[in-house]
Amino acid sequence: MILLALLLVPFAGGVLAWAAETVSPLAVRWTALCAAALELVVAAVAWFAYPAPAAGWPPWVAQFQAEWVPQLGISFHLAADGLSLALIALTGFLGVAGVVASWREITQRVGLFHFQLLWALAGVTGVFLAADLFLLYFMWELMLVPMYFLIALWGHEDRRRAAMKFFLFTQAGGLLMLIAIASLYVAHGRRTGVYTFEYSALLGSPAALGASVWLALGFVAAFAVKLPAVPLHPWLPDAHTQAPTAGSIVLAGLLLKSGAYGFLRFVLPLFPAASAEIAPYALWAGAAGTVYGAFLAFPQRDLKRFVAYTSVSHMGYVLIGAFAGSRLALTGAALEMLCHGLSTGALFMIAGALMDRAGTRDMGRLGGLLAALPRMNAWTTAFVLASIGLPGLGNFVAEFLVLAGVFSVSPAVAAVGAAAMIASMVYGVWLLYDVFQGPAPVAGDADASRLPDLRGPEAAVLAVMTAGLVWLGVYPQPAVSAIEAGVGPPDVPVAAAPARAARTAAERAEAPAGVPGGARERAPR
Amino acid sequence: MLPLTWAIPALPLAGFAVLGLAGRRLTPRAVAWVGAGSVAAAFALAAAVAAAFLAAPPAGGAFSQTLWTWWTVGGLAAHVSLRLDPLSLVFVLVVTFVGSLVLLYSTEYMEGDPDYSRFFAWMDLFAGSMLVLVLAADFLLLYLGWEAVGLCSYLLIGFWYRDCANGRAAMKAFVVTRVGDVALLVGILLLFTQLGTLGIQSAMSRAVDAWPTGAAVASVAAALVLGGAVGKSAQLPLQVWLPDAMAGPTPVSALIHAATMVTAGVYLIARTGALFAIAPGVRLAVAVIGALTLLIAGFSALAQSDIKKVAAYSTVSQLGYMFVALGVGAASAAVFHMFTHAFFKALIFLGAGAVIKAMDEDRDMFHMGGLKDRMPLTFWTFTIGCASLAALPLVTAGFYSKDLILFESFASPYGDVWLWLAGLVGSVLTALYASRMVLLTFFGPLKREPSGLPGPRMAVPMVTLAVLAVVAGFVQVPGYLGGKPLFTGLVGAGLPARSSPLVGAALASAIAGVLVLAGIASAYWLYEPGRPALDRLVATPWGAALHRAFLAGFGFDAAYEAVFVRPYRRLAELDRGDFVDPAYRAAGRLAAWCGGALDGLETGRVRNYAFGIGIGVVVVLAVVMLR
Repeated sequence: MILLALLLVPFAGGVLAWAAETVSPLAVRWTALCAAALELVVAAVAWFAYPAPAAGWPPWVAQFQAEWVPQLGISFHLAADGLSLALIALTGFLGVAGVVASWREITQRVGLFHFQLLWALAGVTGVFLAADLFLLYFMWELMLVPMYFLIALWGHEDRRRAAMKFFLFTQAGGLLMLIAIASLYVAHGRRTGVYTFEYSALLGSPAALGASVWLALGFVAAFAVKLPAVPLHPWLPDAHTQAPTAGSIVLAGLLLKSGAYGFLRFVLPLFPAASAEIAPYALWAGAAGTVYGAFLAFPQRDLKRFVAYTSVSHMGYVLIGAFAGSRLALTGAALEMLCHGLSTGALFMIAGALMDRAGTRDMGRLGGLLAALPRMNAWTTAFVLASIGLPGLGNFVAEFLVLAGVFSVSPAVAAVGAAAMIASMVYGVWLLYDVFQGPAPVAGDADASRLPDLRGPEAAVLAVMTAGLVWLGVYPQPAVSAIEAGVGPPDVPVAAAPARAARTAAERAEAPAGVPGGARERAPR
Repeated sequence: MLPLTWAIPALPLAGFAVLGLAGRRLTPRAVAWVGAGSVAAAFALAAAVAAAFLAAPPAGGAFSQTLWTWWTVGGLAAHVSLRLDPLSLVFVLVVTFVGSLVLLYSTEYMEGDPDYSRFFAWMDLFAGSMLVLVLAADFLLLYLGWEAVGLCSYLLIGFWYRDCANGRAAMKAFVVTRVGDVALLVGILLLFTQLGTLGIQSAMSRAVDAWPTGAAVASVAAALVLGGAVGKSAQLPLQVWLPDAMAGPTPVSALIHAATMVTAGVYLIARTGALFAIAPGVRLAVAVIGALTLLIAGFSALAQSDIKKVAAYSTVSQLGYMFVALGVGAASAAVFHMFTHAFFKALIFLGAGAVIKAMDEDRDMFHMGGLKDRMPLTFWTFTIGCASLAALPLVTAGFYSKDLILFESFASPYGDVWLWLAGLVGSVLTALYASRMVLLTFFGPLKREPSGLPGPRMAVPMVTLAVLAVVAGFVQVPGYLGGKPLFTGLVGAGLPARSSPLVGAALASAIAGVLVLAGIASAYWLYEPGRPALDRLVATPWGAALHRAFLAGFGFDAAYEAVFVRPYRRLAELDRGDFVDPAYRAAGRLAAWCGGALDGLETGRVRNYAFGIGIGVVVVLAVVMLR
């Protein structure tokens, strides 16, 4: 039931917020804020109420099932494990951040805006909870539509084109997934006589196991576009740049995660053989993404576009982690999803706040703001440091796990992923220099010294995000334990292909139990 | 006492937390107490811990402490755990002691700065991170400290943000060292995946067990670790960031860019000595890099006019000596030189800071001169520091440490006479530029009246360090002088003991000593204000060319600018629009064009449609009948 509540809170909150427009815009904002906060609370309750995962795989901690279209084998089946709950908690939190960020920015059609925002969150939540492929597709489309309107109606100067581009890219991927889902449904039905969209039934289905790579690629297409994997990324910079701040936060923080989640929850467990065939290409696409995203962030002049490209880089690590074929890397990929949600969400929030104050996103017209905005500088520095993988903040742990996991499969991919950290250092210090330390623009658009610094709710949200990243950076174990069990297919080794030297080392040293052999130990199942 | 080891890094980090959260609300006095006090407390604790450690050494010669498990995935784990052994103990003592003195000095030096609390917050963060680095028992925790000190270095180089040049220098330092850091990270990944552990000690013992001497994988791992060390310790080819790092306030240069952070590379190689022992090719590379760096930096220091740049190149050069020692397998000699260098180089920077402050932040030595009588305390302490740097025989600490390195550079089983010769040339260069600093700054006619003298909070650290710049060497007096190797005996525990041939060692020291004296004498001949010898030299075409090369640090900056920086920027600018995007736009246009083309078919005339239908029927019939 609690899962149903997780889904209903944003849906109902959205409707209520729209209705509250008859009272006042402020009522809308508060309704939306409460709905998002409630979502966070319910996710936390769900986690604490069901601490022990059920036996079997996936390790669901909670489920909800109702009949939907039984004739076609469609059921309304929600299920959650640690990973889903962590992502839904992130959804609630970024919802709060989005509402706070929109407080001053959105003044037109406030009710409708918050309705769309909350319904987008509801769609994302639905994707994280869906345990029925038909429901998955339904939710996948549901999150797309409100997002389209958020960009197209409340976006910036080039919003219509960006929204259309976003829609076409994701819809193309989504339709391929629909075909794949339908084919899988039919193939499974023909083999077994049971026509069902149920996730757990299809898991391990002979139809899925023997499926051709093409079937898996249907899913991959949808998720790789959403992630995005290079070269399917061009929708992202436009969408992120043109969306209102809350839209950018939700896009970067959550929608990209739905793609990553799709890989971990659906592609890898449903199609292990096909995934192994795709893996080499996926690894290199991921490695290319880490470098190319960081490389392209550097020359951008639009602050939001800049941050958008850093997402491409980070999602490259997620893609590597998903296909490295080891528990280490999968855990890293899942952790990166959470950390990137916080760090990039925060950077978009700051970009929005800066735009609100300075009246421009053009980095050429921003500069020398450190003296006027020391707190904004401090926050930006913190999140940039997270973004460039400074140890002590969550992203580093995630990226290290990914690279450690992929190293024994392909040292080259790991080396490229690590080398991308040089490129990210370049964009990171450049961002801080260009906006805060560097020379102020010749003709100041606004008197920089009189810009108000970050305070109040914005600062509070950012403080929580920093605390979250520090926590994930120095003591990520609770989060790691929560998400580790649920990532990837159950039989993934801790570290991929056993390294020869480790074996000899272990044999010769005969070191204490299990630790050296850990490199070739299978995950206990 | 030992179980309190965790508190040594925790104290400065707590100071950072207090200043970071509440620094703006504290009075400057309170800021100074928190900022300098936390590091001083860490030193007091470290001294107590050291006393306990030496009085009753723990079993195995090391004390370990696991604070918490960072993360564990399926049995593979990273721990936040500390390890205190003689090597880390020396570094802990140096970091906290020099750190306390520099921070005491800073309370006066930085007085009146609008960002007083920010300065102390970052210095405390640095001290805490550096202590984490040297105490870490886990590679990943070491890497955390490694990156965190780099961050502090970045923040403090760009501390005076109103001058954009400082921001650029900070960027350069962070990016250049990141190149080395990534090499180190890949090295850690390699060791982790091959050996299945992140613990430094266990990785070393497993590496020695698993890999035969000269194994390719050991060499690759060692080379990657060396990459990290080269970046942090500003050795060839990544030495370019350190001279620019002088943009930071002078106490920062003293603590971070002379005494402590830049020696992290030395620490790392000493710590992973077992790995380098089974990678002889890479070990040789360490020595060669050190020798080349000490020469190049020594020559570069000769031509600088900025007093801090001389000191910076000198640091690079002295770090080169330490690398030579590491490369010939004499890690304890390298650590000994780190030990004395921390005192005399910090002293030189603090003295330079006093002079620069008196000159209102003018760093050009040619604008100074004749300060000997106006700033006697600064003059004497600075001169002692320079004498120790130049390794003035017998009476300075620098002599004993450098002498040990020079001796090991040929006497060690991995030594080579060429390394020794490079070291000798380097010590002549050191004597030259050290004397030049003193002569240009303090002798000759008074060019500018100093605007203020160092007060007690600046004077006390300078005097303390001056004393140590002399006496710190006496813990390791060579055998031919009847001394005992106390220092290497402590640090080198576990390293192969070496009986030094007395006569050879004494002869080698005598040669080095004579060369140093000759260097000082020729400096007087060359640089004594009013003598034309040098000007005549520089006026010749060869002299001018050499001078340009020295001044530019042999053109590495320009080369990197042309090979890496500019192409990267150009390429990035070219691709700002993302070359992938047009492909999709072309697809969009193609779709639109097709739509437009097909549009022409919809004419609304029945005869056109009838014609189309007729053609279609014929084609279908033809296909059906021909089958």
